[in-house]
Amino acid sequence: MSVNAHSLSQPKQNSGFFSWLWEWLSTVDHKKIAILYLFGGGLFFLIGGIEAMLIRIQLAVPENTFLVGHNYNEVITMHGTTMIFLAAMPFIFALMNAVIPLQIGARDVAFPFVNALGFWLFFMGGIILNLSWFLGGAPAGGWTAYAPLSSEFLGNGMDFYVLGLQVAGAGTLMGAINFLVTIVNMRAPGMTFMRLPLFTWTVFITAVLILFAFPALTVGLFLIFFDRLFDANFFNEANGGNSIIWEHIFWIFGHPEVYILILPAFGVISEVIATFSKKRLFGYSSMVFATILIGFLAFMVWVHHMFTVGLGPSANTIFAIATMAIAVPTGIKIFNWIFTLWGGQITFNTANLYAVGFIPTFVMGGVTGVMLAVPTADFQYHDSYFVVAHFHYVIVGGLIFGLFSGFYYWWPKMFGRHLNETLGKINFWLFFIGFHLTFFFQHFLGLMGMPRRYFTYLKGEGFDAFNMVSTIGAFLMFFAVIVMLINIAYSAVKGEKAKGDAWEQGRTLEWSIASPPPEYNFAQTPLVKGIDAFWKEKMDGKDKMTAAEPVGDIHMPSSSIVPFLMSISLTIASLGFIFSAHDGVRKPALFVAGAGVVLFFLCMLARSIKDDPGFHIHKEEVIETEKGVR
Amino acid sequence: MKKWRLSLRLFPLFAIALLLSGCGKEGLSTLIPMGTVAKEQADLMLFSLLIMVLVMVVVIVLFTYAIIKFRKKRGQEDFIPKQVEGNAKLELLWTIIPIILLIILAVPTISKTFAHSDTHVAKGDDVIKVKVTGHQYWWEFEYPDQKIKTAQDLVIPTGKKVVVELTSKDVIHAFWVPALAGKIDANPGQTTSLWLDADKEGTYKGRCAELCGSSHALMYFNVKAVSPDEFKQWSKDMKDGPSAPTTASAKKGEQIFKNNCMSCHAVGEKGGQTAPNLSNFADRENIAGFKEHNKKNLKAWIKNPGKIKPGAEMPSFEDELSDDQINALADYLFSLSVKK
Ligand code: HEC
Ligand SMILES: [Cu+2]
Ligand SMILES: [Cu+2]
Repeated sequence: MSVNAHSLSQPKQNSGFFSWLWEWLSTVDHKKIAILYLFGGGLFFLIGGIEAMLIRIQLAVPENTFLVGHNYNEVITMHGTTMIFLAAMPFIFALMNAVIPLQIGARDVAFPFVNALGFWLFFMGGIILNLSWFLGGAPAGGWTAYAPLSSEFLGNGMDFYVLGLQVAGAGTLMGAINFLVTIVNMRAPGMTFMRLPLFTWTVFITAVLILFAFPALTVGLFLIFFDRLFDANFFNEANGGNSIIWEHIFWIFGHPEVYILILPAFGVISEVIATFSKKRLFGYSSMVFATILIGFLAFMVWVHHMFTVGLGPSANTIFAIATMAIAVPTGIKIFNWIFTLWGGQITFNTANLYAVGFIPTFVMGGVTGVMLAVPTADFQYHDSYFVVAHFHYVIVGGLIFGLFSGFYYWWPKMFGRHLNETLGKINFWLFFIGFHLTFFFQHFLGLMGMPRRYFTYLKGEGFDAFNMVSTIGAFLMFFAVIVMLINIAYSAVKGEKAKGDAWEQGRTLEWSIASPPPEYNFAQTPLVKGIDAFWKEKMDGKDKMTAAEPVGDIHMPSSSIVPFLMSISLTIASLGFIFSAHDGVRKPALFVAGAGVVLFFLCMLARSIKDDPGFHIHKEEVIETEKGVR
Repeated sequence: MKKWRLSLRLFPLFAIALLLSGCGKEGLSTLIPMGTVAKEQADLMLFSLLIMVLVMVVVIVLFTYAIIKFRKKRGQEDFIPKQVEGNAKLELLWTIIPIILLIILAVPTISKTFAHSDTHVAKGDDVIKVKVTGHQYWWEFEYPDQKIKTAQDLVIPTGKKVVVELTSKDVIHAFWVPALAGKIDANPGQTTSLWLDADKEGTYKGRCAELCGSSHALMYFNVKAVSPDEFKQWSKDMKDGPSAPTTASAKKGEQIFKNNCMSCHAVGEKGGQTAPNLSNFADRENIAGFKEHNKKNLKAWIKNPGKIKPGAEMPSFEDELSDDQINALADYLFSLSVKK
């Protein structure tokens, strides 16, 4: 069964393009899947960024005609949908895959096969969504897709939205379950829950939130799907449906989604700030408690997106108070970070600049969040640029700052090379200044009466100056991302080689092994003796972890092309359903859809029947590999 | 060096100018409120902002101090800071103070939210009721007590509570007059409500605030506040309908209108209900809610509405009607006034 056993020490026999491609299409290694998520998400991040630039170009001057009406709506819808589902989510999954097994001292995730399937479903979902540009027009109902506009009034683009998100969402749900099980079951000996690094904690809570929030989206999408393709009337008032139901379903998913996004960023910040202050995280237990509390409250506040729907003052105020309550655990986090810095010895490299820049920026987004929680004031803010400013402060200023910090921090661990610091700092300052220029003044635009999702504004409304500033800021951010791309390309060729403990003051387990880690991660499962396990060992004068087991053969899962084939079959099914909305081709299209579903089940059958015992990496080989890296 | 100092001295000026322009245009900005609801909303916005600025200042001061004081300095590479686990007292402090601040904010939040949502009208209350219906991409206004229907311009008396009942004919819209009151959604098949009033006579800009399709950005309307007497006169005049056209061209236009436009548009009692009622078209502030009110724009509109408002539900008449006919139509429409 050890067919692949030698793959580690010897380079692949036939190292052509196709075997390279095959390797990536069939990998189940969490470290490779992390890279897939990173570049898959990166691709969509660039597409979403270009869409953002189109929006800012159109809004630079009043009564512009660059991008108007339906086309503008397509671009804003795709920008939002892409950035949330196809860029932010996979970026988070990239870090989860790259870091979590290493941080808990595991050799892989609990279900490597499902892990690969999760990635391919996300990726094909994104492809389906973006195919709409070439096959009759993109969705144009906003990323929130309110019915009945989305269910009855808009064209075929909405079907791409529904099915693309359905497929991508299934991938996300699988990924979350996988990480839940991984964190619960695969921790190294001694790694108790209250010794988990904070990033692992936040990912754990995020996975719980995904588990409960994404099914709501799945259900909602199914309802729209049936309304659109089979005239089901769930959201059609004229036939007894109710369009407000969609808003509830969407935000029961949508609000937790915001925390699904931000919690891992909190985790990254906690790791980076502690590492580069050379201090343990201040108030670890209250950080964990705050994370859990935020996760819990996340499900209690969705109506704050719906204050203007007309649910009445009782409902509005109850949800208002619940929303304000979230400020308390969030505040705890902010102060704990500041007091982690306090008394430390702070190194300002790019990773830490993003982490430190995150704090005031995120606080800005947080306080406007509390302002938005006041229902009657929200009647003024709602759907205005004030809200646009608020959520970009938390999602870009919070999440993206956190992710970029995490990328710079863990890049050497993932790729074995450091990103360049000079380029990194240029990247940070351009992005930081560009970000605030773009979004700070949008608060005022909103208060001055400019609604969101407007493709233009009139001369003489007084919105000109701030919009121009905003567009200039957006260009700075765009250049910042280009600098980052250059940095990535540069470091791939010339980047400084990273040591195992790449920053020399690493605290957690991932820094105790080589960069990049060998296929099996830990030659010997480490024994964890306390919080910041690796730091503890270093303080005791050692340079590696105490082992919990002798060196032995390591069992590995074998790679499989089936996850890729399964997502391809769901893509075929989705495209079939999408085209069944066109009269004339309904029957053949439904047939294609059916074929896709059948193919999917065949893949499942094949997977169930074929026994996959994995393979072993032999002891000698492990010893050989370990010699080379240290 | 001198230049540097000058620009430093000019900085506050620049900041003040920015803040002032940050208030926006009168009649359109939430920061220059002109009615009870908008005023109380602005007060609440400022109050919450004040608390938040307080929080921001505390955070920024501590944060700035920390990153300056504790940055890594040359020559202490081997220094290992004390590994502090936490501090129960401090942690309690920054749990309790925010709770107190939030309670302080919650009190006016609750009372004002209830006050602003109170649209109950008891018998004999001196309020003006308006039924507003959102359409892709225009607004219909009906006064059930006065039995009047109009579109695009909502006429209200100053100083009186106006209760607005909202619904939609197609998708979800939202009714927003920033200077008078916050927005409420207009949902198809349901009714929602809000109330507002205006202190001063004048025109206030209204707009749709919920994405409703291609021309969501152009779904403007006006709220015209007039004195109570003027309002009374206006509602009486509206019921009498517009005066008959007098010039030959306008009369010709009336005929063309009857043949081409009445299936959708009504003038007075007669005509379709699927498009804006044009009884007082000549008295409107704008054409289609946002274009300057002149014959040139009107003709451009009739020729090709989709060019002005993408996706507008009115057919283009470029190929149906000659320029002469369109001129006559314009003359007719500009004669439709209820002002005596
Ligand atoms: C199929 C129905 C239909 C027909 C026929 C039609 N219209 Fe319209 N018209 C509309 C609709 C709907 C609007 C509102 C469009 C909007 O603002 O989105 C409108 C708006 C207008 C407006 C602007 C109203 C305002 O208050 O600013 C004018 C003026 C107008 N139409 C004139 C005409 C004339 C003149 C004709 C005949 C030549 C005509 N319409 C025929 C449906 C129609
Ligand atoms: Cu929310
Ligand atoms: Cu609208």
